Parts: sequence; structure tokens; C-alpha cells
Amino acid sequence: MAFDYEKFLRPGKLPHIWCPGCGHGIVMKGLIRAMDTLKLKKEETALVSGIGCASRLPGYIDCCTLHTAHGRAAAFATGVKLAKPEMNVILVGGDGDGTAIGGNHFIHACRRNIDMTYIIMNNYIYGMTGGQFSPCTPTGHKASTTPYGNPDPGFDIAKLAIGAGATFVARGTAFHANQIDKLIVEAIQHKGFSVVEILDDCPTTYGRRNKYKSVIEMMNRLKEVAVPVKAAEKMTAEQLQGKVLTGVLYKDDSKPEYTAEYAKVIERATAAK
Amino acid sequence: MEKTLPKIEIIEKYCKGCHICVEFCPKDVLEMKGFYASVKNLEACIKCMQCELRCPDFAIKVITE
Ligand SMILES: Cc1ncc(C[n+]2csc(CCOP(=O)(O)OP(=O)(O)O)c2C)c(N)n1
Ligand code: SF4
Ligand code: SF4
Ligand code: SF4
Ligand SMILES: [Mg+2]
Repeated sequence: MAFDYEKFLRPGKLPHIWCPGCGHGIVMKGLIRAMDTLKLKKEETALVSGIGCASRLPGYIDCCTLHTAHGRAAAFATGVKLAKPEMNVILVGGDGDGTAIGGNHFIHACRRNIDMTYIIMNNYIYGMTGGQFSPCTPTGHKASTTPYGNPDPGFDIAKLAIGAGATFVARGTAFHANQIDKLIVEAIQHKGFSVVEILDDCPTTYGRRNKYKSVIEMMNRLKEVAVPVKAAEKMTAEQLQGKVLTGVLYKDDSKPEYTAEYAKVIERATAAK
Repeated sequence: MEKTLPKIEIIEKYCKGCHICVEFCPKDVLEMKGFYASVKNLEACIKCMQCELRCPDFAIKVITE
């Protein structure tokens, strides 16, 4: 049966602002299916974002939403979670928002292992502002600010998250739409800071500059580079050259979660009075 | 057993003509007609839902019983 997305959307919001073929819409649909699977109540769910095309997502969904300052979703979301630990707090945003201006907030949310889920839509570019390179733009690729090719290496968001202390890290792609909701479900169910990176596409500011003739070519690239972690186990280093692992990349249930630890601090402080 | 066909609804006021549903349908059921996606060969549809899943714009629904 066709999925009823509209019951999760604020009325009158479609068509959304994203360009034809922009993967952000595919990710939003995945998130909606995950919210449906988990039967999240809208009054108990907060969607928090910074600034960017990806960060426009919360405006469409009918639940508690915060559209904040550029790169600051994690800071605002932490405030929400500490004030209301019973809420499901989900952060959404782009690679620029999350790893450039918001990189600091991102790593510290990971380090704290606070029970929130961060969905990061990585289209390797600052889409909204016309295609400046981001910390995720691959070496040699073109952006409006790197017309002769980007000299910098790009961040591996998943590795960054694992290194910084996130306790659940997964990766999917906009092509593998069917997997997006499943990864988000697992991430939300995880107690601790969970990160879901979705390799995305921005045909408008990234695709054209990097010689993709259409969004179809961008989608085909996602299809080609993605290798599920299980399949990768049976592949040689040579076969894995240029590939990107997808699925649940890391999970650790042993680390203390921040709001639970903070509750203990409150208890100790109250007892000490 | 007779095959039941789905109803495929394309909401033109949402469709942005990106071609994604057309290109990735495994059975070549869809086509672009002018700016919008449109159904070309409903009989071939296997109700895999790939088009509905991948449409970034909430513009295509595969309605099955
Ligand atoms: C403090 C501040 N600096 C810069 C900007 C301009 N700005 C808006 S969105 C954006 C980048 C967004 O890129 P990303 O997060 O990757 O989202 P995308 O548009 O690619 O989805 C920038 C630099 C801003 N809004 N606020
Ligand atoms: S500019 Fe890029 S990221 Fe922004 S809506 Fe268009 S395709 Fe999507
Ligand atoms: S449900 Fe599958 S077979 Fe039918 S039109 Fe959509 S993609 Fe094609
Ligand atoms: S995927 Fe959606 S927006 Fe794109 S052409 Fe098909 S129906 Fe239209
Ligand atoms: Mg981006």
C-alpha cells in the first residue's frame, strides 16, 4: 500500500523548496517512515536543525521543531534533551552545517554520548549558498570556491563520529532509499549519541560543476560506490578501493549516556544541600 | 491466479520532473511525458514500490490492495 506521508507533514507545505532530484526529500521520507515504524508521538519528538537546504527539513514535519542558527543544532538539541530527557530528539542538517561551522558542536555531542540521533545529509557541498566547498568535498572536486579543484582532503563523517565518541554510527545513501528508515530506526532506538550519515546529491550546485550530466548519474554513482558492511568483509582491499561502506558501521552499548549521568549529578547535588 | 494491478497516482503539482522514478523502475513502467512522470505500461508493474520510495517530491503513489 502506498505510504501515507502526508499525515506527518504540516498541511500546505508541498511542493517543498528542494530542487528537482535533490536527495534531501528522499531522506525526509526515510525519516518519516522511521517515525511511523517507531510510532513516535509528535508532542514527544523534537526535530532540530541549523541552516542550509538540508536544515529546512524540520519545517515540513508536524512535530516539535526548532530551526536554529548555522551549525548550532547540537547545542539547541542538547538543551531540549536536558530539559526533557523523555523526548526523542533528532537533529538533521547538511555536511557544511555539521562539519564546518558546526564541527565543534558535532564532536562534543559525540563525546558526551547524549541520547539523540543526528541525521547528516552529506552532499559534499554548501548547497544553499551556491556551492562553496565544504569539509566533505573530496580532493580535486570543484566548487564555486575551488574552481581549479579542491586541494583539501574531505572528512569521513562516520570515522569522525566514531573517533569523537558517538556510540552508534551508520551510513546510507539517497539511492538506497529503502535502507534509510531502517538505519534511522536503529539509531533512534540506540541509547546514546547516534549518527546516520546519508550520502546525498545536490545536482544544482555540485553535480553540474563536477560533470554529472543529471541526477540519475549522481544516483548511479551512489549505487556503484556503496558496499554493505557484510559484503565488504568478503572483499579484498583492492576490491574495496574507491568504495564506501554502508549499513551500521559501529555500535557500542557499554558507554554511559549523558542525561542519565547528569541525573546522578542532580541527585548528588540535591543530597549535598 | 489473476494478477491485480496497482493504481499509480502521479501528483503533477508536486512532480519536479527529475526522472528518478522513470530511470530506476525495474520494469520500465513509467515515462516522462512533457515535464511530468507518467504511466506508460501499468501491466508490467511488479509493485516493488521503488518509484514511490525514491521520488524526492512525494509525487508518486503506488496504491495496492
Ligand atoms: C553564521 C552563518 N554563516 C554562514 C551562513 C551562510 N550559509 C547558509 S547555509 C550554508 C551552508 C549549508 O551547507 P550544508 O549544511 O551542507 O547544507 P546544504 O545546503 O548543502 O543542504 C552557509 C554557509 C549562515 N546562514 N550563517
Ligand atoms: S541547492 Fe542542492 S542541496 Fe539545495 S535544494 Fe538544490 S539540490 Fe538540494
Ligand atoms: S512499483 Fe516498481 S515496477 Fe511498479 S512502477 Fe514503481 S518502480 Fe516500476
Ligand atoms: S521521481 Fe517524483 S518528482 Fe521525479 S519525476 Fe518521478 S514523480 Fe516526478
Ligand atoms: Mg551540503
